Amino acid sequence: MTRYAAPGQDGAAMTYQSRYDHWIGGEFVAPARGMYFENPTPVTGQPFTEVARGTAEDVERALDAAHGAAPAWGRTSAAERANILNKIADRMEANLEALAVAETWDNGKPIRETLAADMPLAIDHFRYFAGALRAQQGSLSEIDDDTVAYHFHEPLGVVAQIIPWNFPILMATWKLAPALAAGNAVVLKPAEQTPASIHFWMSLVADLLPPGVINIVNGFGVEAGKPLASSPRVAKVAFTGETTTGRLIMQYASENIKPVTLELGGKSPNIFFGDVSSAEDDFYDKALEGFTMFALNQGEVCTCPSRALIQQSHYHDFLAAAVARTEKITSGHPLDTETMIGAQASNDQLEKILSYLDIGKREGATVLTGGQRLELGGELAGGYYVQPTIFEGSNDMRVFQEEIFGPVVSVAQFTDFADAIKIANDTLYGLGAGVWSRDLNTAYRAGRAIQAGRVWTNCYHAYPAHAAFGGYKQSGIGRENHLMMLEHYQQTKNLLVSYSAKKLGFF
Amino acid sequence: MPTEPTAGRPPSRVDLTPAAADLLRRLHGTHGSLMFHQSGGCCDGSSPMCFPEGEFRTGGSDVLLAELAVDGVDRPVTFWMSASQYELWRHTHLTVDVVPGRGSGFSLEAPEGVRFLIRSRLLTADEADGLPAARTGGGPDH
Repeated sequence: MTRYAAPGQDGAAMTYQSRYDHWIGGEFVAPARGMYFENPTPVTGQPFTEVARGTAEDVERALDAAHGAAPAWGRTSAAERANILNKIADRMEANLEALAVAETWDNGKPIRETLAADMPLAIDHFRYFAGALRAQQGSLSEIDDDTVAYHFHEPLGVVAQIIPWNFPILMATWKLAPALAAGNAVVLKPAEQTPASIHFWMSLVADLLPPGVINIVNGFGVEAGKPLASSPRVAKVAFTGETTTGRLIMQYASENIKPVTLELGGKSPNIFFGDVSSAEDDFYDKALEGFTMFALNQGEVCTCPSRALIQQSHYHDFLAAAVARTEKITSGHPLDTETMIGAQASNDQLEKILSYLDIGKREGATVLTGGQRLELGGELAGGYYVQPTIFEGSNDMRVFQEEIFGPVVSVAQFTDFADAIKIANDTLYGLGAGVWSRDLNTAYRAGRAIQAGRVWTNCYHAYPAHAAFGGYKQSGIGRENHLMMLEHYQQTKNLLVSYSAKKLGFF
Repeated sequence: MPTEPTAGRPPSRVDLTPAAADLLRRLHGTHGSLMFHQSGGCCDGSSPMCFPEGEFRTGGSDVLLAELAVDGVDRPVTFWMSASQYELWRHTHLTVDVVPGRGSGFSLEAPEGVRFLIRSRLLTADEADGLPAARTGGGPDH
């Protein structure tokens, strides 16, 4: 067991500044109106830094810097940009523990996840887009003997990115890496719940990038996010969050005729066919871990497997084993490497989860384990902790239909393949899903029948670069984590060239 | 806790706690007429988002659940939800409350250090029978 020191304590891997201004044009810039907001750590509920409270004036200043940097950055060679992305990855790798501590302190998630998942994935993501860029080619179409259509990739220019709070550095990376690779300058607004860790990341890599290529404006959605998302000076808006804000961003984008990519969450089914329990072997053990993945990152994952569908033939035995596995989840200090589940990211998130535990019970769902706020003592007494919770009920209950964004799974049973698919698809969303079966014909057919952008098959919660990630239905628009997202950050320039000296003869 | 049904009062789909009404009065003083649109999805989903009336464009894919009267506010605060989400919520009564928090989305109250929150209970059979159909948005009067 290792217990990492909190930021700023003796022996800590990193220290936060006591204040963060905006990062604009390669330097800290104080907010135009001089306002700041306190940023608490969810671990203890105590503030540890204050952060600029940005407004439209700050957004304009960041856009000025980005527009100043974009033309030259967009003309750098693919090799040059890829080298910079690789250097960013190297710098992160050399500071992996410091980044992990920073992220855990800002967000509340356990250090075992930031060490083993968030940071390694973010590092690999920069390397992936460095490689993707080097391998990307334009195309040409030979129209006829004298006419050729050339297709070039060009950057969009200046793009806006609004980042969620559940994986602050990793989600920023999912958006930054393809945008930078494509040659865009960025104005990025971190979530107000987790505004600090991205500044620590920026402090590690700032010298690798020309000033103005990345600009960070902090603040609240209504004060800083809205002027950014509605600005006619951005060529694209990328957003991860929820449906109402997603629609609002589309409305703003429609006023300026700009593209958006949106990732708006889900209510992901995790389907366990009966043959999973035909042997108590490694695969069975893996499937039980797959069930328990609802507690990863305290359930604050857009693809949280928050609806477990278990076939009738093994329902009671598998569910009993799943409850036992869930009850082995270790809660505790997020900076302790033994801790499996940390703090919810904010007080309002905690309150929302508790409101769902309440309506779940009122609708008649049975609590099989958990069901309450978790009171941890000592310095954690003011933190935001929830017991991993399993509800048993039916798919028409609200706890089966809404993304609670907490460590809460709702379990129902199904009879056969058709019933499983019917329940799985009975949702407004279609981001993720899980399918578990030893019969790969069944697993394949289920994966193709589920209306979701990502179907984990005999695995769950893996997020490797080079596997496209994005939603069907109300879960959003676009595919991240893949070469496809590079193209979401590029224009297509077509040169249609005639190599004939002869006129057409019309005039 | 959500508000409980009160005998003698017409049934409603949405209520406000006193703290939520107080916050709406303050926001009205700064921003004028207000509306809610109930969010779904991840992150700050499932939260009611408060906007200046008309900032969020509702249409035929939305339903109007309530026009909330707030003492001291001249125009009622409209409460909207997407029609597809309403199909899944229609058996429940909603109470808009407010809690300390960081907020998110573009909701107006976030800079105040508080967040609107929905508390829910089941509609009673009497309430469900007594409620008129929720009105769909869109059309010439919007």
